[in-house]
Amino acid sequence: MIDVIVIGAGPAGANAALDAAGYGLKVLLIDEGRDAGGQVWRPKSTSIKKAPKTGAIVQGDTLRQKVRNSSIEVRFETRVWHIETDESENWLLALVGPEKEYTVKSKTLIIATGAYERVIPVPGWTMPGVFGLAGATALLKENMIVPGRRTIVAGNGPLLFFVASEVIRLGGRVSAVVSLNGLWDWVKALPAMLMRPILLLQGIKWILSLYLKRIPVYWRHGVKSVEGKEKVEGTSLTRVDKDWRPVPGPEIYIHGEALCYGHGLSPAIEATRLAGASHHFDPTLGGWVPTVDQYGRTSQSGLYVCGDNAGILGVGAAPIRGAMAAKAAYEDLSGNTGKEINKVIKKRAEIFGRAMTALSIPRAGLLDFIENETEICRCEGISRAEIYQEIKFGARSPNAVKSNTRCGMGPCGGRYCSETVALMASDFTGKTREEIGLPTARPPLRPVVMGEITDDLDYDDLPIPGVSPL
Amino acid sequence: MNIIFDIAIIGGGIMGCGTALRVAEGGMSAIILEQGDIGQGASGVNAGTLSMQIKRVKLMPYAIKGHEMWEEMGDAVGFKKTGGYTLAFNDREAELLHERMTQKKQAGANIKFVSSEKVATAEPHLSKKIVAASYCPDDGYANSSLTGQYYRRKIDEKGIGLIEKFPVTYIRSTSEGWEIRSGDRSVVAHRILLAAGGWTKKIAEMMDVELPIRARVNTVSVTERAPKLMSGVIGHATGLLTMKQKENGTVLIGGGWQGKGLPEQGRGNVSIESLMPNLQLAQFALPELSNTRIVRSWTGFEANVPDFYPLAGKLPNKDNAYILGCVRGGYTIGPYISKLMGDYILGREPEMPLFDPARKIEEGRLI
Repeated sequence: MIDVIVIGAGPAGANAALDAAGYGLKVLLIDEGRDAGGQVWRPKSTSIKKAPKTGAIVQGDTLRQKVRNSSIEVRFETRVWHIETDESENWLLALVGPEKEYTVKSKTLIIATGAYERVIPVPGWTMPGVFGLAGATALLKENMIVPGRRTIVAGNGPLLFFVASEVIRLGGRVSAVVSLNGLWDWVKALPAMLMRPILLLQGIKWILSLYLKRIPVYWRHGVKSVEGKEKVEGTSLTRVDKDWRPVPGPEIYIHGEALCYGHGLSPAIEATRLAGASHHFDPTLGGWVPTVDQYGRTSQSGLYVCGDNAGILGVGAAPIRGAMAAKAAYEDLSGNTGKEINKVIKKRAEIFGRAMTALSIPRAGLLDFIENETEICRCEGISRAEIYQEIKFGARSPNAVKSNTRCGMGPCGGRYCSETVALMASDFTGKTREEIGLPTARPPLRPVVMGEITDDLDYDDLPIPGVSPL
Repeated sequence: MNIIFDIAIIGGGIMGCGTALRVAEGGMSAIILEQGDIGQGASGVNAGTLSMQIKRVKLMPYAIKGHEMWEEMGDAVGFKKTGGYTLAFNDREAELLHERMTQKKQAGANIKFVSSEKVATAEPHLSKKIVAASYCPDDGYANSSLTGQYYRRKIDEKGIGLIEKFPVTYIRSTSEGWEIRSGDRSVVAHRILLAAGGWTKKIAEMMDVELPIRARVNTVSVTERAPKLMSGVIGHATGLLTMKQKENGTVLIGGGWQGKGLPEQGRGNVSIESLMPNLQLAQFALPELSNTRIVRSWTGFEANVPDFYPLAGKLPNKDNAYILGCVRGGYTIGPYISKLMGDYILGREPEMPLFDPARKIEEGRLI
């Protein structure tokens, strides 16, 4: 029997797996990518032979080497699509991947599924040429491709400046950076940023490089609409107030063939929700997060979390969070004491991470950018007006809105729309996000091809329970 | 809180809402108390099959009436009359199909036996391994997701009270009738109807009534939008598969495979061990499904008692207290049996007999 399964081989999960293996535990590490590293230390596409050795590449390569040299069993290009416990309280996971291994069991489970990006719609946001900010970083990191001839970078939080500086580093042109946060938001975050002086310096360097290249930075501005006939040709901007409501005034038009657009990261909590852990809403951790102790123990016994899915604290905190989850799992399994953890490092990373995350939390005014016809659920093509009508008529929970409109029933499983729907319901009713709640967690975690999740059926082996009464 | 309602209805599903509409028509003031959102329990998460071929023989007259009501509700509930085939893939299933469908036919369902060649022409994507099949032109489906939206509008029109997020925690009888509490909120009514599906047992216990209610945990899955794979509702001789393709191209797969969990623990969980054979059977019946993605699988609680007949009538040993639930095929029959229940509460003679909850309930036979 496997002692620990770790889902997610980013800096948090892979380090949890390494520490767990170091404790002598039998570890299985699962990731949908083709190697360890996660989103942040993403391996380069195999077609790229030579690339400058950035910090992320060096750290990623080191991590991948460590995993290869360890006793960890790995399943890459493999997805977990369901999580449950069996009658002996072991974890039972359903897998889809290259190995014909459809289920796997373990005594404990560490979930390190990271984050996904949050995008609040504006008119035109589904047009070709619009990239999510995090999606753009993936493109830049893995393929070293810039999104378009001229790129507009818009949204909030620190990711804006990272994306803009990466586009420039790879030889692209940035026509403007549009930040909902004002400079004052950043100044207020300075004390927290001093916890990680190196990262602070790096951020200042990014911003300075924009000014040196005379790239306009629009502080406290938002994208009012994405313009273009069939693809992005430009965006119009407007000033915003402190709640990020558009304020009347002259509109600014920026030309560009690509728009990188996003509103920070959301913890990827689908797996912990499916596994039955309790969650709560904490804006400074990025929204809904599993409720955990300081080591990452959830409300479910034998279930641990680490990394951004337990609250967006970024890569700085990830390895140590991994180590803490591994320590907790080891101690709970063996009754022994695990290694000492340097909590000061974690504390500093946490203060820094929370401050950065707070910059990205959507404010109510963003809803004013959405027009009636603007699509909220892009999978099913459902507009703001349709969702608003249901909320007005009494559907106040994400489940009710989903039932009535199919919002969130498409292949993305509501990852992109549920945040906006919850913001709308909260804004309309005055209720808190906790009161609005979340839709019921259901498998599969991502859509799965039916033919890939089971063997072919031998009809006579089909377990036929008693048929229905006549 | 001085308003005293004529009746408080616990449960905002089809049974509760349907009864509320009927008693309101008869002049009673009604209030529905729902633990979650209206129409989001079994009424809103079942596979939506409206098939005569899967109804119990004795309940067939109710199902026929219920089916007519769904047809009247029409587009607002996504009603479609498509016809439907029930399939047998071996001799044992063929025999089972013949025995069962013959009885259902005698009970009034418009069912006929058809050759596998006929099935292959009508439903060319189905497996060619079919050895026997039956057909009912009345079969079809509605979109169970729209149940809540439909009834919310109806009860709003009729001025019926509705409190959502009102999980009942305490019930006592008073000189006025019944006091129902959820935490520190309280509602008083002269009568009470328990129509809380899988949660009814727990509610009855608050009134010191023990009922032999159990809950099945039925699994349903939906695929992404796919090209046209079937035109009618597809069933299996054992009842272990139902499939239908909606107009938007998504395929709904059910068949009563059992998930895990109890109503008092939440909404139930999908079990890998039963979902897998459910999906294997679907692919066996319709091989092209193998290339289609499942987007979501979920469970809903189907309450029943050992004889698999409804509890519909007076709550045993209590005054001004009623119960409606455990109706096998409750989605199809619900609108009709709740109308009968409403008539009974209004003191009228129901058009068809109800099912006395005080009867001696014996263990039913599964074939």
